[in-house]
Amino acid sequence: MVAYLIRRIFNAVLTLLVVTLVTFGIFFMVPKLTGSDPALLYIGKTADKVALDGIREKMGLADPIMVQYGKFLKGLVAGRDYANGPDVTHCPAPCLGYSFKTEQEVTPLLMDDLPVTFSLALGAAILWLIGGVATGVISALRKGSLLDRVVMTGALAGVSLPIYFTGLLASAVFVYWLGWLPQGQYVPFLESPADWFVQLLLPWITLAFLFAATYARLTRANMLETLGEDYIRTARAKGLPERTVIGKHALRSGLTPIVTIFGLDLGSLLGGAILTEAVFNLRGLGYQALQAIKGNDLPVILGVTLIAATFIVVANLVVDLVYGLIDPRVRLG
Amino acid sequence: MYHAPVTVDSRCAVAGRGPAKQMSLGPEASVTDDKSAPTADAADVRGPAEKVIAGRSLKQIAWRRLKKDKVAIGGGVVVILLVLVAILAPVLVALLGHPPDEYHQDQIDATFGTPKGSFGGISSDFILGVEPTSGRDVFSRIVYGAQTSLTVAFLSALVSTILGVIFGLSAGFLGGWVDAVISRVMDFLLAFPQLLFSIALVSVVPYEMLGLNARWSRVLVLVCVIGFFGWPYIGRIVRGQTLSLREREFVEAARSMGARSPRILVRELLPNLAAPILVYTTLIIPTNILTEAALSFLGVGIPPPNPSWGGMLSDAVATYSISPMYMIIPGATIFITVLAFNLFGDGLRDALDPKAR
Repeated sequence: MVAYLIRRIFNAVLTLLVVTLVTFGIFFMVPKLTGSDPALLYIGKTADKVALDGIREKMGLADPIMVQYGKFLKGLVAGRDYANGPDVTHCPAPCLGYSFKTEQEVTPLLMDDLPVTFSLALGAAILWLIGGVATGVISALRKGSLLDRVVMTGALAGVSLPIYFTGLLASAVFVYWLGWLPQGQYVPFLESPADWFVQLLLPWITLAFLFAATYARLTRANMLETLGEDYIRTARAKGLPERTVIGKHALRSGLTPIVTIFGLDLGSLLGGAILTEAVFNLRGLGYQALQAIKGNDLPVILGVTLIAATFIVVANLVVDLVYGLIDPRVRLG
Repeated sequence: MYHAPVTVDSRCAVAGRGPAKQMSLGPEASVTDDKSAPTADAADVRGPAEKVIAGRSLKQIAWRRLKKDKVAIGGGVVVILLVLVAILAPVLVALLGHPPDEYHQDQIDATFGTPKGSFGGISSDFILGVEPTSGRDVFSRIVYGAQTSLTVAFLSALVSTILGVIFGLSAGFLGGWVDAVISRVMDFLLAFPQLLFSIALVSVVPYEMLGLNARWSRVLVLVCVIGFFGWPYIGRIVRGQTLSLREREFVEAARSMGARSPRILVRELLPNLAAPILVYTTLIIPTNILTEAALSFLGVGIPPPNPSWGGMLSDAVATYSISPMYMIIPGATIFITVLAFNLFGDGLRDALDPKAR
């Protein structure tokens, strides 16, 4: 178990290293290929040659790419000093560099965006997990009934509906037409929990609907497969009440695959729900990433990619560990 | 050894990429058929007609099953119609619409910038209405959008399939370090912030290149990026199927008769992989349509003024509170297209899957 854990963590770190290397490679090579100068991006087109050389020296932009990458990694684990003679700027431990656009440190910039993305992802996750799994289980138990057919048709429609359509449609109906929900911006939870809730309600429901549709289809398929197993027939044959058969025997193995998928979905959403944030104008990690990409803000892009990849990798690891706990057939080690 | 419980099917299903259930397709698929089920009395002599039917190929069985599946056929018909619309775009626009970039200020209410008339300006002249503020014909923009969208979706599915088959087949058949490397790369690509990277990659490539205009050079870029991120989904399926087929008797028989690896790959394995490859290629197309629309919606896909469904939705953000029709039409088009592909793909899978009921 311990050996397994160490190996997995080693693999996870390795994956993250490759992600940073690939991102670094793409985004620090591209300016060279397209002929744009990162130093110019930092201080603007009006800068003279001396100032440009100064910034290049200070940010280490003149170094070969592997040296730059090494310095980036060092900054990540130990912090780094940007120095050009007496002009020294210190960037503390998880240092992701400075934004080209705002010249702010990237790490605190992204930390400010985390609560928005977390609120969105966690709220929606609770909704879709409950909604999707419940409808899936009920559909499986009432296979072929009218309810089953209605739910499954709805779910198939749901997986074919992109969020950039449902989101706009939902706001058109509930905000502008019916006027049930207010227009507005994200409000931090600590500022006003009620406003936080009201502002996030529509994004939660739209995002959850998309996932719930997939989860309902998946849960139904898994449950049907489990219900057809011999041990379920055995359980029924030995006279167990239907509630025990379903609740204790079928659900456990029917729902284990859902755990995997839930972990991975949540992991990738925590790294930024780009489309949802774009549709509802939520200033989270995904929104930040999009703005950074459009503005060629390489350090921010690198930072968001790293955070997003970290969430995915950690989610993978957690899922595999949890799986070992809930499914006795899986032996870790 | 550690057991990775994450199966590709489960991941696929989340991304809306594929079916929730496992599918196993192999040579056994052609063995049974509904008509040739055993008769009540084994001694009964079967009619001569039935004997002829008993030897149907997988293709024939699948086609019979598919024909019975009305929903899948409905999806297939819509898909064919959409392809025709895309091919005949110039003709359709000449007959029923106005050029996609032509401004019609006379159709726009000068005070609010909204289309004159109800339902987004739908009339016999503008059958799907006009765009707010500019007055461009929505119908022709939808039709040309279909052209771009379907081109990107089909070609990127082709790229994914080719890469997926090459790498999946190599990994499954060769095993050893080749398998280890390819599987590791596939795991890595699947555990990757893909949308983020697609946006980033697409946005750093110049808008015009290789002598193509902005529209088609962007199509090319989208095909490469979407196709590249899609191949591990096909690759994992192909690898898994190859692993199990490799050990089968017919492969051993071929080898014992002196067949070499290339022949076994092409003549023995590939035909047996055709069904899952076909199914997953079909199911990857709607995902590609959604990705293309998403990238265009985010402003890094097909550049304006070239029409695209995602781009129309993105334009609609500014005006949908007062003129919702311009948002509903491209949205509904995406929905119908993706749904049709999904219905057809699901039907195809059920028809080709011997375990399906």
